[in-house]
Amino acid sequence: MRNAFADEITKLGTADHRIVLLTGDIGNKLFDKFKDRAESRFFNCGVAEANMMGVAAGMALCGLRPVVYTITPFTTTRCFEQIRVDVCYHKAPVIIVGTGSGLSYADLGPTHHSCEDMAILRTLPEMTVVAPGDSIELRLALRQAFTLDGPVYMRIGKKGEPAIHQKEPDFRIGRSITIQAGTDVCLIGTGVMSAVVVKAAKTLGECGVSARVESFHTVKPLDQVTLTEIFSKYPVVAVAEEHGRIGGLAGAISEWLAAQDGPCAKLLAFGTDDAFMHEVGSQEYARRKFGLTAENIAEQVHARLLSVLNKRAVPNVAS
Amino acid sequence: MGELLNADELNKIARTIRARIVENAHKTNTPHLGSCLSCVDILVAVYFHVLRIDPTQARDPDRDRFILSKGHGAAALFQVLALRGFYPESMLETYGQDGSLFAEHPPAPAYLPGIEAATGSLGHGLPMGLGMALSARIEGRSYNVIALLSDGECNEGSIWESAMMTASQKVERLAIVVDFNKWQATGRSEEVLAISPLVDKWRAFGWSTCEADGHDIASLVRLLSKVPDGSGKPVAIVAHTVKGKGVSFMEDDNNWHYRIPTADEVVAAKKELGVAA
Repeated sequence: MRNAFADEITKLGTADHRIVLLTGDIGNKLFDKFKDRAESRFFNCGVAEANMMGVAAGMALCGLRPVVYTITPFTTTRCFEQIRVDVCYHKAPVIIVGTGSGLSYADLGPTHHSCEDMAILRTLPEMTVVAPGDSIELRLALRQAFTLDGPVYMRIGKKGEPAIHQKEPDFRIGRSITIQAGTDVCLIGTGVMSAVVVKAAKTLGECGVSARVESFHTVKPLDQVTLTEIFSKYPVVAVAEEHGRIGGLAGAISEWLAAQDGPCAKLLAFGTDDAFMHEVGSQEYARRKFGLTAENIAEQVHARLLSVLNKRAVPNVAS
Repeated sequence: MGELLNADELNKIARTIRARIVENAHKTNTPHLGSCLSCVDILVAVYFHVLRIDPTQARDPDRDRFILSKGHGAAALFQVLALRGFYPESMLETYGQDGSLFAEHPPAPAYLPGIEAATGSLGHGLPMGLGMALSARIEGRSYNVIALLSDGECNEGSIWESAMMTASQKVERLAIVVDFNKWQATGRSEEVLAISPLVDKWRAFGWSTCEADGHDIASLVRLLSKVPDGSGKPVAIVAHTVKGKGVSFMEDDNNWHYRIPTADEVVAAKKELGVAA
């Protein structure tokens, strides 16, 4: 994903001279092409993220389109107040990119994990929160982010993430993409978990369960039209994200769900626990630890579906 | 503004603004009186002489920018902007009322002409000013950016992050003035976090530095009119000031960081400032 980001921002920055790239002393050689083509619009701001975010806001207020790029915790929680005041309160069109989000850097320890970023940033007025599912979505999201008139937070993975789209989808910030149709359950993925959810749907299919898969790349604003359709149509809806179960996409959907009228499906949330991960390991290890695997998601969804169907099959004697 | 004003005229404006600030504090229960009075002369030098601005073209892309990084001096800035013609002075009558645009700190620029950045949380104005100064370079414009900091604000790490990047980028069109009144909210700035030697700190961070009497408008004008100063470095002016300046019973008394003057005290202050009741 980060290579796709570097390539796309180089293309966009070559064409649009308002685009400025600010990094926090990261991405060794990753942005060499951008620097070659737009040296005056590339800034290594050093390990000083609070200043970097303020600088970006100041540039945006002068009509430029700055992009801030560093590892997720340092471009979000480290400089949260600068995002809140300098960027959001000024409605400054700054694109904030968090690389290696979620459990991408599982082996680097809890300082580099980011399972709170979406929860925190989506509380901010004016902020759009996007978690592209693969490199194609990332490129499309980035292009569209530059057309918006306010700040965007984009959390991306690191490298080698599988593609979830075979061809370019109709991508619109704020509108979910149906990756595959299905009739029994609905699986919603965001960010790098969309690929895992696609695998879970395949496993369910092998058990005779037809699963619809949605790439919910935009966490704010929520695609309420799709949610309304899904939650009234399917008996089981599962959400998977490399993010805490507090406040992320599942959190956002829960807030929405609580205010809905009529019968709605229950939400099955897959995310990280309310705990720091002390024992480090690979991203796959971390996902297993938190049940963020295709196998576990398929198993839990299947069990929930059977439980729902059994309840429906048994007549309610009391009534 | 047509012809440049002379020192006497600028000093008269400063006295008028001080009187209005004191009066407004009483009328609207607005604190930070000491901090506001301490930076009036700096604001007058900047807005009535140094900045290349036209209040009728408040968003001109080539205008000089001023950021009140010490946002708690807003009550002073609001008076200055009104007197300088960015909005009618009658607008200030809403100060302190429900629904007013005048908070105790400057609002976002979209809401009030003349404001370049919403500040109030300290340590934000300088980084934003740096972003504006770098924008000038990117876009080939030649405007200056001036940020006014408080000495207490120099507690913030983001100020020093910004100081380093400004120096490394050799942003010579960015100047700061530190309103060095030796106090912060609850104590002497030297005692809260050892701030001295403040001039040496800025010099060590790669800035072209000088000290000034922060109440000598003519001297401030001279220094700020020489930005960029030819050194290739950003400019830091450490302006020695007196908190509460201009009203003897408020001067260097930190109780006036939060105290609100009584009606009698307003009368006494205006008399001392030579401004009619």
